[in-house]
Amino acid sequence: MAEVKLDAPAVEAASGPLREVARMFLKNHAAVGALAVLLLIVAAAVIGPPLYSDDPYEMVWAPFSPPGADGFLLGTDYLGRDILAGLFYGARVSLAIGLSAALMSVGIGVTIGASAGFYRGWVEEVLMRFTEFFQVLPTLLFSMVIVALFGASLQVVTIAIGVVSWTAVARITRAEFLRIRELEYVMASRASGAGNLKLITAVILPNALPPIIVQAALMVGSAILFEAGLSFLGLSDPNVMSWGQIIGSNRPYILDASFTVTIPGMAIFVTVLAISLVGDGLNDALNPKLRQR
Amino acid sequence: MNTLWMIVQRISYALILLLAVLVLNFALMYLAPGDIADTIAGDMGGANAEVMAEIRRSYGLDRPVWEQLVSYLWNVVQLDLGYSYFFNTSVVSLLAERVPATLLLVVSAQILAIFVGVLLGVVAARRPNGLTSHAVTLLALFGFSAPVFWTGIMLLIAFSLLVPLFPVAGMQDVTIDGGAWVKMVDVAHHLVLPTITLASIFLALYSRLCRASMLEVLGSDYIRTARAKGLSDRQVVVKHALKNALNPVVTLAGLQFSAVVSGAVLVETVFSWPGLGTLALQSIIARDTPTILGILFFSSLVVVVANLLTDLALRLIDPRIRSGVN
Repeated sequence: MAEVKLDAPAVEAASGPLREVARMFLKNHAAVGALAVLLLIVAAAVIGPPLYSDDPYEMVWAPFSPPGADGFLLGTDYLGRDILAGLFYGARVSLAIGLSAALMSVGIGVTIGASAGFYRGWVEEVLMRFTEFFQVLPTLLFSMVIVALFGASLQVVTIAIGVVSWTAVARITRAEFLRIRELEYVMASRASGAGNLKLITAVILPNALPPIIVQAALMVGSAILFEAGLSFLGLSDPNVMSWGQIIGSNRPYILDASFTVTIPGMAIFVTVLAISLVGDGLNDALNPKLRQR
Repeated sequence: MNTLWMIVQRISYALILLLAVLVLNFALMYLAPGDIADTIAGDMGGANAEVMAEIRRSYGLDRPVWEQLVSYLWNVVQLDLGYSYFFNTSVVSLLAERVPATLLLVVSAQILAIFVGVLLGVVAARRPNGLTSHAVTLLALFGFSAPVFWTGIMLLIAFSLLVPLFPVAGMQDVTIDGGAWVKMVDVAHHLVLPTITLASIFLALYSRLCRASMLEVLGSDYIRTARAKGLSDRQVVVKHALKNALNPVVTLAGLQFSAVVSGAVLVETVFSWPGLGTLALQSIIARDTPTILGILFFSSLVVVVANLLTDLALRLIDPRIRSGVN
């Protein structure tokens, strides 16, 4: 494979790998803009609630007040709750669950993929069959079942999302490990006495990271969509305001006030879009070879 | 290795996968807090410890775990997925009632997504830097980022409420009178918006992949030969290039089936489509564990069968694949 040469650590080290990645990333205007939007959303999630409102469930005004009409920038929902306050609190849940579920599935996926790709043989056979098994289960249904059986707390929801979405990471990690483990520098480390654990974590993994990082970024986006879906169905923690919950609870009233559904949906859409654009930018920056496409 | 032996191999592997799903189902049932005795006791408005023990004994819950597992598996082999206390009927008959609606939705969404996706992908690949090409990239981003239930509600607002072209909910209009033909047209009419909504997630994925694989194929030597022979552009693109470029799209479509089934749960909820998804939600709210697990098993079965069919379809399209995929 031709990619092998480009990954040689010496080439990267010469120009400073992180600076090079940052330089490439900054060239991608869409990705930079998306990163700015994302930072704005994170800021809103952090400082929005303490500055703006301390209870998103509080009924502050008459129901279905249109955006901007009675001093509520985004209007009120079917119970007269301030939608902007709901969005601020919902941003916290979306980002927190998105990040922790993605982290969890990356953890599972990397462990399984790395073991399969490194040890090969029957370990690989067993682990990849295990991965295929999880690919057969319809993800949303499976996590609905977990939430239904074990209760709809934020922890269970996070685990339910993390447990079903690691298969892609496992496949990518395995493919990278299969490729990298045959490289000369790995053999050199092995010859100089590095143990298996050290080979996996310190020698191979750092060079397998670029595609994993890109996938992890995309996973944050899909975990946010996943959480939104669960809370839209009413299967997320009912005591924690989230974007999907606003849409789900206002859905019967779209005839009266469609903005109560349109606005939180836009919030999800913009957040996930920003994350996938940043992911695309990272992809281009980390794999300079792919840019010709 | 001949094809028949290969098919036998794939089918037995599929059966092992399904067995694993059943074991997982059983484990979930076993680990989850609360059992059938709690459910029945709840329905009766409470029961003392003796009655609870009696119920557990009559359902075999006092036997060792492995015995329970074996009897569960044996029941499934006999097409018995348990009894739903909420719906007061067997889980199998519940599923049989709901499966056709879900299959109709899932299959038509996949067909629409593949058809339009391939069409867009081919058009985009003809001019890699043209307007369509950029539109395909944008569409892919949209398809990935928009929550599907929200897309559905937006389509509902636009094409059922503001411009009443399509029905708001359900699968058929009970007030309509007429023969089979009229009823079929009615179902098709109800099917339009849910299908478009569900297809929107995957359409983008397929068109992007089709564009990439078309670009790759169009650059290969045999295409140059075909052009040099003097074949028309249309013949080269459709007959020579597309045939080879379709392969990755079909593979991906097969892999996406479990995601399509997942998406169908949300789409069914938005459009009150009477399929497995709405049944799953109802049974979860009612804490009807046998039905929930029956749905999980059955939808996994759908995915496994779809994967099997994709595998066979790929073999038909591409004679190069003789041994196992990968």
